[in-house]
Amino acid sequence: MPVQDFEQLFQDKIDNEVKIEPKDWMPEAYRKTNIRQISQHAHSEIVGMLPEGNWISRAPSLKRKAILLAKVQDEAGHGLYLYSAAETLGMSREEMINDLHSGKAKYSSIFNYPTLTWADIGAIGWLVDGAAIMNQVMLTRTSYGPYARAMVRICKEESFHQRQGFEILLVLSRGTAAQKIMCQDAINRWWWPALMMFGPKDSESTNSDQSMKWKIKRKTNDELRQNFVDMIAEQIKTLGMKLPDDQLKWNAERKHYDFGEINWDEFWQVVKGNGPCNKQRLEARRKAWENGEWVREAAAAYAQKRADRQKDKAA
Amino acid sequence: MNFIRKFYYGDIPEDKAGGNIVSSSSKTDWPLWEVFIRSKQGLDHKHAGSLHAADAQMAIENARDVYTRRMEGVSIWVVESKYIHASSPDEAASLYEPANDKVYRHPTFYDLPDEVNHM
Repeated sequence: MPVQDFEQLFQDKIDNEVKIEPKDWMPEAYRKTNIRQISQHAHSEIVGMLPEGNWISRAPSLKRKAILLAKVQDEAGHGLYLYSAAETLGMSREEMINDLHSGKAKYSSIFNYPTLTWADIGAIGWLVDGAAIMNQVMLTRTSYGPYARAMVRICKEESFHQRQGFEILLVLSRGTAAQKIMCQDAINRWWWPALMMFGPKDSESTNSDQSMKWKIKRKTNDELRQNFVDMIAEQIKTLGMKLPDDQLKWNAERKHYDFGEINWDEFWQVVKGNGPCNKQRLEARRKAWENGEWVREAAAAYAQKRADRQKDKAA
Repeated sequence: MNFIRKFYYGDIPEDKAGGNIVSSSSKTDWPLWEVFIRSKQGLDHKHAGSLHAADAQMAIENARDVYTRRMEGVSIWVVESKYIHASSPDEAASLYEPANDKVYRHPTFYDLPDEVNHM
């Protein structure tokens, strides 16, 4: 069959909502896009452990510490689901990790911002995980089977993350004057970076919309961002706090909230590696990898020894 | 053809990325394992996903941490991925062809009078 026929069959499957599975024929660009996107997603989960890990030893109570530990452990799990989904497309785990460490592969820029106070842990859960959930709920219906299945698993676990974050802020918002200030300050610092998580405006991209056609994505950046703003603008009322945007206003005609312009220079600066914590994050990952080398070697040696012993017994 | 140039959430193109540090390659590549989990007594083990581990014992322990953090399982099977043999999607048509024309294997094939119940 000529390639066009394969492509047509492939597109028919997508149009009919038939999932693509690892051994199925797929266009090379579909494979590549999925590898890039899934591995970036995995890296984001792994690097995302760092800003929160910063507060495990300083959580205000044993309860908060246990919760934060569980959340960070979930992020590790999410990273692993995603790495194995990406591996089904033919890229090895090691290559992916090397690409992260070399700076070739990206992760969500949001994790290049620092966690300065305890309230930041609340803001991350509510805003950052909230934004991630918007994207991930959509991705449970993505066309690549292993990615969609990983997303279903992840979404089940994420809602705990967002709720615990909101609850942290809720407690602070009902606390002392200093706690209220801390709560508002964290919201002020995380709001705009959270909006940037959805990526550039739809009008910025001039080329064809292949990811939509292939149903890797089902909503545009702007649609997801708008959904997020609408959700948060309502939820913040319960906190009695304010979003740091003078232009945020309900638009009865559009039935959506209008909001101000995002600082896109900052967005691209952080993507390119000039955010507040880019260096620190990558260094932490590389160090963890290098310091873990002896563990990986020891485990491999031990497995070998055990296998040899079993062979001896059998002989 | 015009390939994916749209910068979606979580899909930042490589040419926009910085960085050029090459990290060292490691010598220890743990094999890949497929994980199957029985969610409760009485149900089948079901494929949950895969993971890397040095040996079977470690694969089971990792599977516990990765796939059963919320009591999702009562039993775990692991098998090295290289031992899984799979049918080929390209041959699906011929492989399943024998069942294709045997509608009489389904109960709905048989027209029975309405008064016959419980059948």
